[in-house]
Order: sequence, then structure tokens, then C-alpha cells
Amino acid sequence: MAVVHYREIEGRSRGYLALLGALGAFILAGLAAAWYMEHNGHYVTGMTNRIVWGAPHVFAVFLIVSASGVLNVASVASVFGRSLYKPLARLSGLLAVALLAGGLAVLVLDLGRADRLIVAMTHYNFKSIFAWNIFLYTGFFAVVAVYLWTMFERRMNEYSARAGLAAFLWRLILTTGTGSIFGFLVAREPYDSALLAPMFIVMSFSFGLAIFVLVLMAACRGTGRALGEVVLLRLRNLLAVFVAAVMYFVAVYHLTNFYIARQHDVVRFFLVDGGVYTALFWLGQVLVGGAIPLVLLLAPAARRSRGALALAAACVVAGGLAQVYVLIIGGEAYPLMMFPDKIVSSTFFDGVVASYAPSLPEIALGAGGVALALALTAVALKVLPFLPRSLADGDVDAGAA
Amino acid sequence: MSTDRRRFLGWGVAVAAGAALAPGLRLIELAQARSPEEAASALQRWGLLVDITKCADCEACVTACREENGWTGHGRPATDPQWIRKVSLRDKRTGFAQTLPMMCQHCEHPPCVDVCPTGASFRRADGIVLVDKHICIGCRYCVMACPYGARSFVSEEVTGQKADVPRGIGVVEACTFCVQRVDRGDIPACVEACNRDGGKAMVFGDLEDASSEIRRRLAAGPSTQVRPDLALNTGVRYQGL
Amino acid sequence: MKCIAIGLVVAALAAAGLAFAADEGGARVAVPRIEIARPGKCVAPTPVMRRDHMKMLLHQRDLTVHEGLRDPRFSLKGCVNCHASEATGSVLGKGGFCSSCHAYASVKIDCFECHSPMRQERVATRP
Repeated sequence: MAVVHYREIEGRSRGYLALLGALGAFILAGLAAAWYMEHNGHYVTGMTNRIVWGAPHVFAVFLIVSASGVLNVASVASVFGRSLYKPLARLSGLLAVALLAGGLAVLVLDLGRADRLIVAMTHYNFKSIFAWNIFLYTGFFAVVAVYLWTMFERRMNEYSARAGLAAFLWRLILTTGTGSIFGFLVAREPYDSALLAPMFIVMSFSFGLAIFVLVLMAACRGTGRALGEVVLLRLRNLLAVFVAAVMYFVAVYHLTNFYIARQHDVVRFFLVDGGVYTALFWLGQVLVGGAIPLVLLLAPAARRSRGALALAAACVVAGGLAQVYVLIIGGEAYPLMMFPDKIVSSTFFDGVVASYAPSLPEIALGAGGVALALALTAVALKVLPFLPRSLADGDVDAGAA
Repeated sequence: MSTDRRRFLGWGVAVAAGAALAPGLRLIELAQARSPEEAASALQRWGLLVDITKCADCEACVTACREENGWTGHGRPATDPQWIRKVSLRDKRTGFAQTLPMMCQHCEHPPCVDVCPTGASFRRADGIVLVDKHICIGCRYCVMACPYGARSFVSEEVTGQKADVPRGIGVVEACTFCVQRVDRGDIPACVEACNRDGGKAMVFGDLEDASSEIRRRLAAGPSTQVRPDLALNTGVRYQGL
Repeated sequence: MKCIAIGLVVAALAAAGLAFAADEGGARVAVPRIEIARPGKCVAPTPVMRRDHMKMLLHQRDLTVHEGLRDPRFSLKGCVNCHASEATGSVLGKGGFCSSCHAYASVKIDCFECHSPMRQERVATRP
């Protein structure tokens, strides 16, 4: 079996420093946005009493879901014993921690009383899936840290399979919890579904792998590391499977609603007359997030193109953001069905689809979280040997894939 | 019998009699208002009955709540808090129109209490669902979870609060059944205003007290909860819906 | 050699500090100027209040909010009514009872984000 050598990146090129500079600027913008929102109150954002979770939460949920999914690559290596993926495991663990940190930063900075974070960490209502998630997120950091340690510390390498299994189970529970944040809401027709938890798990696989592919390709290109076709082919196939699986869950979700007379209006809202949400669903989620990546990943002409793989991964990320936007904000915009068969109106926007437009502070905060995740990754790659020296075809264990 | 045993038996009977009578004494006390040094107890459950057939086209309840609790707003209806609102209904097929006041329904199984991560959203022993604004972190999950859209997030700085109703930025709030009034034996401001200026459509009282007017009115005719399919056992009931 | 030199310097500074302190005759630090509008009627002795008022507030707020216990002795409204400045009618701002000490101690008060700091003129027959 090939012995894998890992090495830190040089991190002295102008490109690297420019990257850190740009990410730093986005992080500063995000912090400024958070201060602006906190100082003036949330009325300066697009979020209202009908749409209480807006663009920041779209980014945060996307990052958190991806964080759990990006650990998949390491899990496939440690838990399922595919040694082809072993050289990728360290980067996978790093990205998991970085993406989660970015997502949580956005979530915490958006709180109405962010100064009460200590209260959130000391007062728990264990009936709340949100409270459980706080445990699961902080525990995830610890579990992945231990897992990374077993991979870095030569004497602990024999335990990495067990640590990997713990991390794998932990993130399945974590993602189930994230999906259940919405799935447990009886009040809203678009949520209130047992399907959301497994759908989130499959979404995490898809988004996480897409981000992993993009970061891996960028890191290898930027540091001149060889990245062979064997690895890329595996990742390509895996990503196609996950994208298809997400499409399957979305189809089942809407088909089931279509069969329930009471839910007909929900289906019509998302698929036909929901305005921006319908557009984002068909163009963003289905076309850009599903159909185009599948073509780019599976069409014979595109299969040998690295550009096609990178483009497919980018489309999956964009489509994923659209999907989370439609789910969270579309779900909130859909009116509460308090009085079936009645036309409802009030001063509190009952009975109508709530309008929402993301404001600049919200987008800046969300983008700041993304930048934080990427910046943490970039710095960590320089500090510790996360990347293998080479992923060329001759250097990886092609046989045991 | 020795004097010791006799004395012991005497004390025993006295204690047993006291224990037997004490619950009865407690109930008589609660028929009058609870004293401020006494905790809220499950022996009472506060409820509100709204007779929609008498609900006039006025906003007396909303104005009274605004005045009592101090949520006057900033002229920004999308982000201003609304603890109570008038909802207009028109039947899709028949065209029959009604209005009703909608506020926190003070459910027995509140979804907002289930989802609050810190336990700030809670149900008091006497049935009033409240937000402990000291530990609310402003995550707005309860606002998402409420089937009645009852909760509001305070997204602007608050000044000039009423002394009895502390309110501040960054936390969530909703109708409290005017807990500051109820705790001193009074009724909510909306009910008082409706009886004084409106259609006399609202009755507030103790659902556990068989002799209260609200219990008598509920027993005398049909009433319904909003969203009965959710089985939340709300404290607010409507007649004529 | 270097160690001895550093030790001597430190000792000299300490001695100088002590000397200065002795000069001011006991009052080594500036103290806040607190106006007490209605003295002598607080619910607990002054040293106890100084030390424990934050614990009392934290404990009482849970009892009031969660249990509905509204003992008039411990109501925040009662504290404000008694302690509000005669001039401004508030416990914050210039001459405000709470803010004068808190500004001195540099401890941010969170209470009056939500609670009214103003004295209520209405005479309460029942709190």
C-alpha cells in the first residue's frame, strides 16, 4: 500500500496573501453588518415578524449542513475502509470544523441578544431540538478534533477507525437534528414532515462533497500538487449519486404533498405560483442544482474534463443555496392556515404570502460566515500538514477503492 | 390510657382534621384573588371566551392592549410588535364575513414552549404562557413555531416602557393575558375595553372554577378552538366561528 | 546580579506606593457619590445590599416571572420608587442611584433596557 506523505502548504505566494486579504475583507464586512444589526435592531434588515429567519439563516444552515457532509470523505476512508480516500481524510475533517465554525458564527451574531450566549449554553430546555443541536454542534467540534488527532498522531493511528465511526454517527444525529428543526414545526404546512431529517442528511452528502471537490481542486492547483484522474473519477461518481438522491427526496416530498388534499396549496405555492420561490425552485434547485450537474458529471464528453467537474460542483453549491432559501424563507412566507376555506386578512399580514427581500447587512453577515470558514481552512493548511504531497494516480491506492 | 398517649391522639386528630380541611380552605381562598405572596397554582387555569357573533367592527381590544402594555409601534407594520390583532374572515364559497381578535391562545401544550432552546418560553402553573425575557436570546424559533402567529420579535429599541410591563429590544413577546392585572385580581385590558366600549364579546375567567361565568357560557353552547387538529387545548375559545 | 537589581527596583516601588498610601490617610481609592433619596428604609442592611443585591435580583426575578410571586418588599418597581432621584425621578442618568455606583464600578446594567427606571407617582394600594 502506498505510504502517504502530508505537508503544509507554503503559503507565501502573492496569490495566497491576496486570498487571505479578500477573505479578511469579507469577514470584516460581516462583523460590521452584525454590529449594525445589533446596534440598531433587526428592523434595519429585511427580516420581519412574518419572516423571522432570513438570508443569514440560509447561509448558516447551508454551512452547517455542508460541514456535516464534508466529513463524508473521511468517513468513507475510516469507517468503510476505502483506502483510496485516506489521503483526503485530513482535509475533510478540517473543512468540517471550519464550515461549522462559519455557520455557527453567523447564527450567533444574528441573535437578538447575542450577549446572552452564556445563557444559551447554561440553560437548556431538553424538549427543544434547538437545544439538542447546540450540544451536537459543540460536541461535533470535540469529536472531529479527536478524530483529526488520531490521524495526525502516529501512535494514535490505530484508533482512527473508531474515532471515525464516532464522528460518523455523531454527524448523522447532528444532521437529523438540523433537519428536525424544521421537521418538528407542526404550525407550518411546508415543514411538519418526517421526511425533512433524512432529506437533510442526503443534502449534507451532496453539498459537502461539492465543497470538498472545489476546495481540493483549488488547493492542489494553487500549490502545484498533482491530482490524478483516479481520485477525481471516484469523487465525480459519488457526487452524481448524491445529487440524484437529493432530487429523489425532493420529488417524494412534493409528490406526497400532492396526494394530500389539504397540502395541495403548498405544492401549488412552491411549484407554480409562489413567485420568486417557484423560480428559485425550478431554475435554482432543480436546473442548476440538479439537472446541469448530473449532465456535467455523467455525460461521456464531460467525464474527462476537470473544468466540468469544478463547474458541476459550483452548480451544486449554488443550487443548494437556492434549495435552502426556498425551504426556509418560502416555508415562512407561506401563510399560516388557521382558518381553512376562509379568505383571511389582518394588520399582521395574515392570509397572504409574506414578502421578503434580503438586505445588505444580512447578505454581508452570511458571506462573512462563508469567508470565515474558507479563511480558517486556508490558514490551517499552512500551519499543519493537512494536504497530501501528491494525489497523482501512481501515489494513491487505486486498487482498494 | 396514659396522659401522653391521650395527648398524642388529640394532636393526631387535630392534624388529620387540618389536613382534610386545608385543601377546602385553599379553594375558598382562590375564589378571591391570589395574594401577591402566593405562587400561581394549577388549581386555576385562566381562559378567554370570545363570542364572534357579538364582535363588532371596532378595535377596542387592540387599542386597550396597546395602551396597557405599551407597544405603540413606530409606524412600521412589518416589524412592529402586535400582541393582539383583528382578523377578518370571508368564507371562500359563501362570502359570509366575520372578524375576531387573535392573540396568544395560551395553549396547554404550547409549541412555542417545546421549541425554546433556553426555556425562556414557558407555561405558568395557572396556564398563562409567557416569555421570561431575562433568558430569551432572541433566536425567534418560537415565532416560527406558533401556529397562530401570536409572537412578535422586538426589533427596535424600546423607551418609555410601562412600569408594570417591562419590554426591551432583541427578545420575543406576546399577549400575557395582562398577567400584571390578573395577578392583582383584575381582568385583561382587552376584555375590559370590549365590555365597556365594544360589543361585549369577551369573557375572561378561571376555567377550573365551575361557578365562573366562562365555564357557564362554555357549557351553554358550542365553542371551538382555532386549529383543533393540533390538539393543543387552547385557553382561548371562540363561539360563532 | 541582574536578579538582585530587579528585586531591589521592585521593592523600592512597593515602598514608594505604600508611602503614598499612608500620605492619603486611609482613603486610598476614590469613592462614588451616591444620593439616597429616602434613607434607612431598605429591605436589608446596606452592607448586605451592597454585596448581594445582584444575587437577590437574580433570585427574585425567577420567583416573580415563573411562580408569580410578587412580594412587595422585593419588587423592582418598589426599589425604583424609593431610590429614584428627587430631581430627575429616575435611577439612571445624572445623580441616578443605580447608575452612579455602576458607572463607578464600570458594570453595565442590563435591567433598564426593559424595566422602567422612573418613579411611579401612583400610590399603590395593592402592588
